[in-house]
Amino acid sequence: MRPEENDDVKVRVLTLEAFADTIVPGEKRFPGDRAVAGAASGPGAVAAGAVELIETPAAGLSQGLDWYVTTLNERAREHAAREGLSLDPALPGFVALPFDDRVALVQTLTAPGHPEKELWISLALFSNMAFDTAAHMHTLDAIAEGHPGLAAMNLAAPDSDGLWRFPEYSYGRPLARRHPGTTASGSPA
Amino acid sequence: MSGTGGGAGSGTGSATERTDVLVIGSGFGGAIAAYHLAAGGAKVVLLERGPWLKGEDFDHDFKLGSSYTRIFDFVVGDGMSVLGGNCVGGGSVVYFAAMPRAPGFVFERRGSIGRRMWPAALTRDTLDPWYDRVAEALPVSQQDWPDVTYAGGLWAAACAHAGGTANPVPVAVDNDRCTNCNWMMAGCRFDAKRSLLLNYLPAAIAHGTEIRPLHEVQHLSRTDDGGYRVHYDVVDGEDYRVHDSSGVIDAKLVVLAAGAGATPVILQRSEPALGPMPYAVGRYFSGNGERLNTAIVDEDRVREVLGLERGDGLAYAANQIGRGPVVANWDRLDPSLPEHSRFSLEQLYFPPGLGTILAQAPGATGPTWFGVEKKEILRRWQSWLTVFIMVEDDNEGVFGPPPATGNAMRLSQQMLGRGNLSYHPTANTLRGWSEADAAVRDILERDGLAEVMPWTNDVVGAYTVHPLASCRIGDDPASSALDDRHELRGHPGIFVTDGSAVPGALTVNPAMTIAALAERAMPAIVEAARERGVPVRYGAPAPDGSTSGRRGAASLVGGLTRR
Repeated sequence: MRPEENDDVKVRVLTLEAFADTIVPGEKRFPGDRAVAGAASGPGAVAAGAVELIETPAAGLSQGLDWYVTTLNERAREHAAREGLSLDPALPGFVALPFDDRVALVQTLTAPGHPEKELWISLALFSNMAFDTAAHMHTLDAIAEGHPGLAAMNLAAPDSDGLWRFPEYSYGRPLARRHPGTTASGSPA
Repeated sequence: MSGTGGGAGSGTGSATERTDVLVIGSGFGGAIAAYHLAAGGAKVVLLERGPWLKGEDFDHDFKLGSSYTRIFDFVVGDGMSVLGGNCVGGGSVVYFAAMPRAPGFVFERRGSIGRRMWPAALTRDTLDPWYDRVAEALPVSQQDWPDVTYAGGLWAAACAHAGGTANPVPVAVDNDRCTNCNWMMAGCRFDAKRSLLLNYLPAAIAHGTEIRPLHEVQHLSRTDDGGYRVHYDVVDGEDYRVHDSSGVIDAKLVVLAAGAGATPVILQRSEPALGPMPYAVGRYFSGNGERLNTAIVDEDRVREVLGLERGDGLAYAANQIGRGPVVANWDRLDPSLPEHSRFSLEQLYFPPGLGTILAQAPGATGPTWFGVEKKEILRRWQSWLTVFIMVEDDNEGVFGPPPATGNAMRLSQQMLGRGNLSYHPTANTLRGWSEADAAVRDILERDGLAEVMPWTNDVVGAYTVHPLASCRIGDDPASSALDDRHELRGHPGIFVTDGSAVPGALTVNPAMTIAALAERAMPAIVEAARERGVPVRYGAPAPDGSTSGRRGAASLVGGLTRR
């Protein structure tokens, strides 16, 4: 890998991480973590595997990642100029934004009427899915590895054959009157 | 079994495959048609654009490429996103199997056209015998309180606490087999959900229907003998963006049942070959007035106010346990209320991802659907209760020009695509949603039981799991694409039997009504096939041979075959 390619990969990963961390924020992974802002306790979308999911060809975003990275950093610099912020030139524009400004920018980019809205929504959806569903992994593997999103949601574990069953599922007693108009078929009249 | 039109070499071109009846789509509309026509003696070929999975193919897995993403589609439009089945069995494989009948007032709706939307011949009373046929065929069963899940029980108790009623909903689920795993949207691993894979489709196959999965119909053209040529692509089994080949089949009669998100698109794309389509093709789309609310439940208040205990020290914390919707509130299905003020409120479960992304954090000071405060409510996910709203919308959806293939430009290899449906809710629809949101809040925020927020419509627009009415039946040619026999106006020999034929929102889950309308359409479709030289008779029993439904509807058959 040539040095500039290596740099491109670093910029891409940092930028996508910073975006995903805006969607589901997490704690910093190590001192000096610049992509993850540390705005929330516990791991967030980045630790949940957001970049891996976004880069999965099946997701359909991988061909457009150069556009995403370039444009997001451009939008960040435009935002900084508007707000009078000076950004660390050593970092990609979006990564250099303080967390609150990342949030404000993502709100703008995903708001109804923004011409690029659908593209940013797609990136946000996969950032969410990495945390909420671990869609880049088999769910059993994700649970076994203690995937941070599934753990945070307290997803119950399956039976030993990998299938979910809940033998206890009901309060088992009448809890309301039925609608007086209910027909013999059990439907509304 | 085979009709005289079967086999290659006859009619329009020696290399062109021929069949009596070509059915497009294998959901309720397609499966019911294929069964009756094949059982009656017609040669039937059924093309389904999705894959063919069954029983053990249905994964408990969120990974991209598992059954969860293979068998249904999420098509984002302008102001409306549509979720629908994409597999053999269609919506019945991915749906929640809630099967209420539509309330009587629905058939009297006037909607946006200033006259009765439904054909004069259709009322709840005249549809009931056809509902009975479906109830026997699947079968549909009633549930009692011991069948009701914790989530359904919580909803029922909250409705009662607010002075209302609540009903366990009729379902097409075999509760003895059900494990309450809540993986219904990925297909039922345990064959508890009575999808079409267990009744109409195997019966259709037993009578000679040939089902071809991964065959996506693109358009229709005419043949010289007054029939139709159906043009399809063969779709790659893993990456649906890839089409491997294409072909044609000639048929004397076509039953179009690709779903309300796809049927009008196929017809639009056929217009250059077939001539002008009725005005209502691709218009009057209804999302069944659907909307969701998520309540974040206060476990202590559930125990104190409602007296609910699971017996293991927990009051609720059971979002993950269950099977779709089991309890509905029908207090606002009141015929004396004005149109758009009538709705049902149904407890529901959506899996993480689809069920979490659009949920909003109550009381958030920052963004509501992402960010720090959203993450906080995810930590309480097991204490979520989702309530599904079905109001009367205004049939305001319109399909734009068709995409290159299918009904969407596919973005991901499976599931996610961009379609050309636009939907901008009218004041009527917005009023319905607003009143329904308020009713949910009134029930669930009472005495601090929960904090409630509707899902955002700012991310993917409104959304529906029950697309309807984009090619609807009616008596008025200006506002309906089909006559009340489900034949496409101006294009004899094309019948539409899926959710697109339903005139408008139903205020309840529509599968039962779609299926009953398809059953009702069959006598006329069989008669039309006979007139086109297909040796076929109407009169098959239920797929398992039961006959009480057939007896109940027998007196109506003659009236349905007369034009």
